[in-house]
Amino acid sequence: MQQNPTPPRLTLRGITKQYPGCLANDDVHLDIAPAEIHALLGENGAGKSTLMKVIYGLVKPDKGEVLWDGLPIEVKDPAHARKMGIGMVFQHFSLFETLTVTENIALALGDDAGELEPLAIKIRTVSEKYGMAINPDREIHTLSVGERQRVEIVRCLVQNIKLLILDEPTSVLTPQEVDTLFITLRKLASEGCSILFISHKLNEVKALCHKATVLRAGRVSGECIPAEEDTTSMAKLMVGDDTPVSTTYPKRLGTSPLLSINDLTLHSPDPFGVHLKNINLTVNAGEIVGIAGVAGNGQEELLASLSGEHLCPVANTICFADTQVGSLPPDQRRQWGLGFVPEERLGRGAVPEMSLTENALLTGFLTGLVNNGMVAWKKAEAFADEIIDRYKVKAAGRHAQADSLSGGNLQKFIIGREIMQNPKILIAAHPTWGVDIGAATAIHKALITLRDQGAAILVVSEDIDELFLISDRIGAICDGALSPIKPTPESSIQELGRMMAGDFEQPANERSAAL
Amino acid sequence: MIKLEPRGERSSTMAYLSPVLAALLTMFTGLILFTLLGVDPIEALITILYVPVSDTHGIAELCVKTAPILLCAIGLSVVFKAKIWNIGAEGQLLMGGLFGSYIALQLTETEGFWVLPVVLIAGVLGGMFWSGIAALLKVRFNTNEILTTIMMNYIALNILLWAVHGPLKDPEGFNFPESALFGDSALLPILIEDTRVHFGMALALLAVVAVWVLMSRSFYGFQIKVMGMDAGAARLSGFKEKRLVYFALLLSGGLAGLAGVGEVTGPIGQLIPQISPGYGYAAIIVAFLGRLHPVGILLASLLMALLYMGGEMAQISLGLPLALTGLFQGMLLFYLLACDVLITFRIRLKPRKVPPSSPLPSLASETQG
Repeated sequence: MQQNPTPPRLTLRGITKQYPGCLANDDVHLDIAPAEIHALLGENGAGKSTLMKVIYGLVKPDKGEVLWDGLPIEVKDPAHARKMGIGMVFQHFSLFETLTVTENIALALGDDAGELEPLAIKIRTVSEKYGMAINPDREIHTLSVGERQRVEIVRCLVQNIKLLILDEPTSVLTPQEVDTLFITLRKLASEGCSILFISHKLNEVKALCHKATVLRAGRVSGECIPAEEDTTSMAKLMVGDDTPVSTTYPKRLGTSPLLSINDLTLHSPDPFGVHLKNINLTVNAGEIVGIAGVAGNGQEELLASLSGEHLCPVANTICFADTQVGSLPPDQRRQWGLGFVPEERLGRGAVPEMSLTENALLTGFLTGLVNNGMVAWKKAEAFADEIIDRYKVKAAGRHAQADSLSGGNLQKFIIGREIMQNPKILIAAHPTWGVDIGAATAIHKALITLRDQGAAILVVSEDIDELFLISDRIGAICDGALSPIKPTPESSIQELGRMMAGDFEQPANERSAAL
Repeated sequence: MIKLEPRGERSSTMAYLSPVLAALLTMFTGLILFTLLGVDPIEALITILYVPVSDTHGIAELCVKTAPILLCAIGLSVVFKAKIWNIGAEGQLLMGGLFGSYIALQLTETEGFWVLPVVLIAGVLGGMFWSGIAALLKVRFNTNEILTTIMMNYIALNILLWAVHGPLKDPEGFNFPESALFGDSALLPILIEDTRVHFGMALALLAVVAVWVLMSRSFYGFQIKVMGMDAGAARLSGFKEKRLVYFALLLSGGLAGLAGVGEVTGPIGQLIPQISPGYGYAAIIVAFLGRLHPVGILLASLLMALLYMGGEMAQISLGLPLALTGLFQGMLLFYLLACDVLITFRIRLKPRKVPPSSPLPSLASETQG
């Protein structure tokens, strides 16, 4: 099979995939050599996911060719891909909570799994060899997100693997965990395995990858060697020339507390939920407080207690200025002046099948859009128009259904809707998750403007860079407990990473008094 | 090869076309069925769909049959919008009839303009009482309302049968399972002279307008729609979920109860065991056939009433079984659900396999999507 110099492990030629109303991949070319760590860069919606699904046999391209070790091949389905030596770690894990590591891997391998005993031994050896120690006998629900990812990777490694595809693997990890993952990946590559690393985080790509292919709107917008580029030039390839890619905002510190959480301890009704432990937090007027954390560490529970979806048993655990709101329902908190941007844009922030006008009414109903129980549709339409206009929401108009908007535009609409109600307190969860850079910048600016008008803003996000960019004070949540909050300039990514991992160790001793 | 392909967005044309298509397919299947039964299919179709309404008397009877279906269906459109699946309009209708009859029988000797309203209100309360139980079970114990409302249909029927065979039986009725005739004050006035069209039809039309205003103009209706489409968004906005569940179920139960009391105080005039030939069940089909929209429901309930009359007509003049009505209702719903697939999918006729080495045809298909 050895032709002239080693052929690339994988070659894609002219891959094109059309979805109804969206050309996901347009004539995409890609080469990955053996032992190469190749980055696939691009914003959300650039076509990365479709391309990797083509490689993994989940999607059939309309046009184009796939070459494996220099030979044309048609990947029929994921089972076929696995046989060829392609392993894939999805962004959302497909693990059964109540089964053990070994059982999960055996299920994924199907007939190739063999007996459980030898498989468990193999899992242990492979995971130790690559510095990703996991206990094969543990049940998945006892594992952290980082450990679950290891299970997914080990699942690929116990087979004879030649190409490992990782979809945004670092989005669920602390900075320290990211470092460990990179060591594993480098070791794997040095043994000849090719790695396709899908990401939109430029620093990581620069640190890890040998080569990069950048996608924009379904097309290859450029190829580069990340080590020789700076992040700005790669960002330009990702977003095009007309979008500003980096800004800094002056930091402020507020004085008068607007939002305070006092000894909030809340038991989660969900069997796999996180219990909130003794959370204390103050957000002052005119500042943004950022809370970092790996997903599933109590963010949802904290946010639900702030929005009023979960009521607190004691009213004074949550206060807006001097008002005790812990036991008030969401609409009464809004009446006081709370704005809330939930994590899920569709299906909490906005009703997918409703028009933008109706979605403006969804939380705007307290601002004079309802008279004597009747909706003032003319006013609601005007309100929707104003949001669309002021926040430059690209939509077919106020009649457009919410789910017809791109993620970024819908997020701009939701944030605009909340900000235009002049909230005294704004709580935003993952405000730029899955949003393109242009929209993210617009959203950040809107938040900063609101801050400068004197609102207290709490941002919960998994994106550390974002938090350092916009927060005036910063902290992390881990396993339902909140770290001390520090002024951002006095903190560092390393320190925040430790806090995300639950290491709240502090020189000061007020903390121990509070606990 | 026929292939279903996602459209990417909902087709609003198909949303309106689908009920029409379903009606046509039902008719077409009907034609085949009649042929197999050895009846002239065209004659049968005319008998079912035209003869019943070929004169003013027929049209009047159509209105009489439409009123209860329309009342039940318009109420159901509200709960269905909230994604609460009340299958119990039949039971709520029967309870409305029973409650109304009980009050009417207490007042047979009484005269006064207030008698009828009191009887009607009793009927509404009967329906609300019956759907309220389902609402309570749903809100308090998270019970599945599909199951509770279906079960309560049978309970309602048996209570009604017990009442009409027992306490409410006419003592001078030669032991027939019927109540005494209601007093004149408790009967719905006739709207059009020399027909049976009674005030119930006006009430039904009024209900259509009221529900239309509720759902398209009021904030309460908006909240019901949001709760149905996206419970998470409703909760985050602070809409009172439990209150909305009660409201929607009580409203639909009340309207079904009104339909029931409208039957006993209208065309029937007393309590009998068979006050409904399944209007409450037919209303479910009507609500969906009418796209949960007031105008659509009005048209669909006229069609459903026609099917009831046509079924009877076919039995009388062609000797076809009465089960025909149920069969047509079922087919209608079946075809509607099938056609609704076309709202989000389109049918593509594809040649079996395009040879991979011919770029031209594939290019042509590329530029289309």
